[in-house]
Amino acid sequence: MGSEKYTLTDLMIIAAGKELPDGEAVLVGTGLPVAAALFAQKTHAPRLLLCFEAGGIGPEKVPRLPLTVGEGITAERAVQAATMLGIMSMAARGVIQYGFLGGAQIDRYGNLNSTVIGTHENPSMRFPGSGGANDIGSLCTHTLIIMKHERRRFIPKIDFVTTPGYLSGGNARELAGLPENTGPYRVISTLGVMGFEARSKKMELLKLYPGTTIKQVQAETGFELLISKNLQDIAAPTEAEIRILRTGVDPFGALEFK
Amino acid sequence: MKNTKVQNELKAGQIPSWGKCDPDQFRAWIQENKSLLKADKMTTMEKAIAQYVEDGCYVKLGGFGQVRTSMSAIFEIVRQKKKNLVLAGHTTSHDMDVLLSGGCVARIEVAYSFGHEFRPLRSATGPRLIKEGKLAVSEWSNASFAWRLKAAAMGLSFIPARFMLATDTFNYSGAREIVCPFTHKKYCALPALFPDVAIIHVNQCDKYGNAFIKGMVIADDDAAMASRRVIISAEEIVDEEFFLNDPGKTVIPYYSVDAVVESPMGSYPCEMPGLYWFDEDFIAEYIKSTYDPASLAEHLAKYYYEPSGWEEYLQKAAGTEKLERLKKIARHEEEPPLAKDIWNK
Repeated sequence: MGSEKYTLTDLMIIAAGKELPDGEAVLVGTGLPVAAALFAQKTHAPRLLLCFEAGGIGPEKVPRLPLTVGEGITAERAVQAATMLGIMSMAARGVIQYGFLGGAQIDRYGNLNSTVIGTHENPSMRFPGSGGANDIGSLCTHTLIIMKHERRRFIPKIDFVTTPGYLSGGNARELAGLPENTGPYRVISTLGVMGFEARSKKMELLKLYPGTTIKQVQAETGFELLISKNLQDIAAPTEAEIRILRTGVDPFGALEFK
Repeated sequence: MKNTKVQNELKAGQIPSWGKCDPDQFRAWIQENKSLLKADKMTTMEKAIAQYVEDGCYVKLGGFGQVRTSMSAIFEIVRQKKKNLVLAGHTTSHDMDVLLSGGCVARIEVAYSFGHEFRPLRSATGPRLIKEGKLAVSEWSNASFAWRLKAAAMGLSFIPARFMLATDTFNYSGAREIVCPFTHKKYCALPALFPDVAIIHVNQCDKYGNAFIKGMVIADDDAAMASRRVIISAEEIVDEEFFLNDPGKTVIPYYSVDAVVESPMGSYPCEMPGLYWFDEDFIAEYIKSTYDPASLAEHLAKYYYEPSGWEEYLQKAAGTEKLERLKKIARHEEEPPLAKDIWNK
């Protein structure tokens, strides 16, 4: 199992893909989420309904990873080319249960920052902003977050809450007016897979990648991370899985740059 | 008693919208200024931009950042050196970035801006302008623009939504919390958005302004209804029969449109689904130029200020052979180049 055979990005995509059940709908933005959803479709979830943020719903096949979430290939031979109002309303009505998010910073309740590092008035880094992230994070029943696991990113207090996680924990989302029984479901990082403890809504380590230790995850996490009593090990990707990623999901070779 | 307490605790975003939201002002304006008579609205982009895009006005660009973008209009706005525009950053990417580099923009209501999605490339222009204090930004979300334009298209002044609540995105927007009079659930009230001008690139349009968009409309139908002035650029000008025979194709009706411009390859270097693919080389060349003021000035001069018009721009930036290749990729007659062959350059 040489590390030259697969990358951390591959591990994340496969782990994220495995969280998506067959027969459900998933709302994706650009990049790794599309890769995860396509991987799921080509393995255990052929009837996963792909919903792209820009409106493409259920394309028969996506020949390569789209460069943007509105690229034509997201809606060729598809169920519908919906409007943005249409796609986001689907999530608001509860039709799309799964949604993907990314971010530069995350806290223990899954609140996400994709807007600025520093202050809004005088940022040291300016990112693109919410895009559809706030909408997906507010409206989808289960959100999956994919991001790099580093101590500067997993922090107690993020600089800007672009997208709501469980806010201050417990039932804070419902009190804020967000749809009931929604919120972050999984965080798929470069070290493992986290969930959120049922009552407190604090982040909890669920699964470790091959060769990763609890200590390593804790060292890269800037807040106290709960550890699941049923902590699982994720198996190394099989050759077949890697082949699906290289030739089926990403023949364009875009993942090399992630 | 309990309700009064809730009312007092309702929060408000701190940056009021820079767009108009009063439907009565809009009604009065269109009754004064727009005509329901079918008139030939064919014109040139040069004239359309000169006439309808005023310095300081609020602009809603159609398409989605790098797809079906109104690049031939942006070319003219940059050439005419329009100033202090306010933009809806409803996933604006390459289109907005070029306007920022051209010095045309003072404020952006950001949902998604400054980014180029999956590309491992980042433009330096937006962050630089923010740092220099030359660009003001407020924060919204993609769906919020769809909702706000729909509200305006419906003749309303606001619309409730179940997103943006309890976040800094809300705090740096002009949204406000309200309580539903029926269920007493808390909602995010979004102000309607009536842009001063919408600029939308479409597949087909007739001379009166009836327009068809193939594929994803995003929010361009509502944007056309909600805007005071509407400029349409089209890949192809068709006879009115195109719509009379199949009125379901009228995504944008003639009476909301002020100018129609024939503009083949009008989204280049962005994608027009099924017609032509992105010119990744040219997009990368542009983004790289943003890191050095001299390079950026050179890029703008070479491609925007010096060409005699859009045709010459297309020739300089791509050339006939490249344009043909981009068309073949969009039609799946040719494979796109590999990522490493584009992004490693």
